[in-house]
Amino acid sequence: MMHSGGYARGSRIGVLEILPWLVAIAAFFLLPEYLSLGARILIFILFTLSLDLILGYAGIITLGHSVFLGLGAYTAGILSVKAGIHDPFLQLIAGAAIGAGFGAITGAVVLRTKDLTQLMLTLAIAAIMMEVGNKANWLTGGADGLPGVQVNPLFGVFEFDFIGKTGYVYCLVVLFIVWFFVRRMVYSPFGAMLTGIRENTARMHALGAPVYKRLLVVYTISAGIAGIAGVLLTQTTQSVGLNVLSFEIAGDVLVMLILGGVGRIYGAFVGPTVYLIAHDELAKQFPEYWSFGVGFLLLIVVFFARGGILGLIDKISARVRKS
Amino acid sequence: MQKAGLRSAVAAVAVAALTVGASAQTIKIGVVNTFSGPQASFGEMIDRAFRLYIKLHADQLPPGVKIEIINRDDGGANPDKARQLAQELVVRDKVDILSGITFTPNAMAIAPIATQAKIPTVLVNAGTSVVVTRSPYYVRSSFTIYQHCVPLGTWAAKTLKKTFILVSDYAPGHDCQEAYTSSYTKAGGEIVGVIRAPVATADFAPFLQRVKDAKPDAMMVFLPAGRTATAMMKGFVDLGLKSSGIKLIGTGDIVPEEELPNIGDEAIGTITMFHYSAAGDRPANKAFVAAWRKEYGDKATPNFAAAASWDGMAMIFDAIKKQNGKLNPEKTVEIMKNFKTDQSPRGTISIDPETRDIVQNEYLRETRRVGGELVNVEIETASVAVKDPWQIMQKDKK
Repeated sequence: MMHSGGYARGSRIGVLEILPWLVAIAAFFLLPEYLSLGARILIFILFTLSLDLILGYAGIITLGHSVFLGLGAYTAGILSVKAGIHDPFLQLIAGAAIGAGFGAITGAVVLRTKDLTQLMLTLAIAAIMMEVGNKANWLTGGADGLPGVQVNPLFGVFEFDFIGKTGYVYCLVVLFIVWFFVRRMVYSPFGAMLTGIRENTARMHALGAPVYKRLLVVYTISAGIAGIAGVLLTQTTQSVGLNVLSFEIAGDVLVMLILGGVGRIYGAFVGPTVYLIAHDELAKQFPEYWSFGVGFLLLIVVFFARGGILGLIDKISARVRKS
Repeated sequence: MQKAGLRSAVAAVAVAALTVGASAQTIKIGVVNTFSGPQASFGEMIDRAFRLYIKLHADQLPPGVKIEIINRDDGGANPDKARQLAQELVVRDKVDILSGITFTPNAMAIAPIATQAKIPTVLVNAGTSVVVTRSPYYVRSSFTIYQHCVPLGTWAAKTLKKTFILVSDYAPGHDCQEAYTSSYTKAGGEIVGVIRAPVATADFAPFLQRVKDAKPDAMMVFLPAGRTATAMMKGFVDLGLKSSGIKLIGTGDIVPEEELPNIGDEAIGTITMFHYSAAGDRPANKAFVAAWRKEYGDKATPNFAAAASWDGMAMIFDAIKKQNGKLNPEKTVEIMKNFKTDQSPRGTISIDPETRDIVQNEYLRETRRVGGELVNVEIETASVAVKDPWQIMQKDKK
């Protein structure tokens, strides 16, 4: 059974919802040596959140979400390296706009199809964009990527240092703003309509809901958010490579979402955190065999916790309440 | 409860004291390398070479000095991941030296960290010329594509008048095409066709047919070492290019030691230009290969990445010995910049103090069957002490 979205539950921010932010702030002070991993986790939370919007809430199946991450990442990189625009907020806005724009264009085609056709279309678009990135050497640097991305200090004061303090706080603030926006949206009638489309499209049609338009709107928003995640990735690592457009990263983000729990905002918080920390720790212990460990983790979730980690917690707490 | 707490506190202090005592003598080398994914064999080769060198030369270190290797997996060409790993190695593990770095994009992404944190970094594979210019703390012990493809062009122009070029469509492939074309046409050769094949090409038949129709004297190939190159070799024979008299030439990447058994006799007669062959008959190389087989089994053969890592570790040892175990970043780079040895498995090598790039011989090799084993026999030293031709061209442009 899928989680039933948020509209019915009321939109007040609960006590538990403050927890992730407290953890993130505590991490800044307690784990100063892990900030670059921390920033990576925050970025992937943002990326996973964007996927959750379309997959979890609206039921759009995609294997090509990396396109929007990649577009955002390359937008920031190209602006800095080729056009000399180093302002972080300008890059952010441009990345979001280009991500959203491409989302609207491809969405107009992709969303007219369903199920496997949809899946194949997203995959094909991702493959094409990957090859475009590879071939457009003069613009993207091809397989060498675009190194040497520069980002001006935030507000002219806070420089992006290599320890990652500025990057971490910056990512956290951006994530907070996006989260607030996504949460409002999910708890709005619009969000309820998306859930309805996912659960029973025919019925939504019968009710007179403009299904295709709604899907296109959410697809565009999701693409914009993924674009923002891409910009952050470029800004914090000061380089872009073809891997941001790869099928691998599109698969990774799907795994993270499933791990955390599909169709609920906080699944997108838990999944990337667990996945990336597990990856980091396992790869440190077993540089050759870490992927076995990650695969094993996923198997466990698929077999024993269908709704992801949050689904498992739900089940356990429900059982505790009963007894 | 309290007692246990006290005891563990005492133990913690003791351990802390021990580690502090040891860390003054331990030199940490952070290795960002590829241990998983399709290119994982690089990680294994490089790691084996590092460990073997350390094992055999540990007694040469100043008394009390130990070397610790910290491996991290970047999984291939993932610049953002590589950068994060390098940053953690510097901030969290406090490494003194960075090394490994198989792929060019990763090397590009790590450069700002090496510069800002002042960490001497020994590149033991990434071969695009521009990489080493990205940080004043970068020193390269491996090779550049230009180093192979320029002498190859000069040599080929002597006997082979028409060449068809087949390269992979990515930066190293483009490098090789440009390098070969520049020296080959200067020496009077003619390029009759160029194909840039997608990196992931598995079936070369359509490309090879075009080459065959153009009837060149030679086909010059640069492809990433491994299965891709092997597929091309098979097609070259199957489609009758070999029997029609077209000479197959290229860099050593098309006939790497570990792939030769998979390619089989099709490889015989291939002419390649490279900086290292496990079959090289220099005493230093024979000792290196023998030590390798003693450690990792009779079937194991070191390749070019292993040789570059072996020499890279020799450079690190040199810097440690000359500073008596107390590393200063500027001094370390200064010593590495002036590194020179005639004991490399590759022959005499040195670092160009101006560019911090490797200077080495290029060997013309032919693949032959010797004593039942396929090997790349070095038939002549095509060029002695080659500096990266790309760097020289850049200087000329200025």
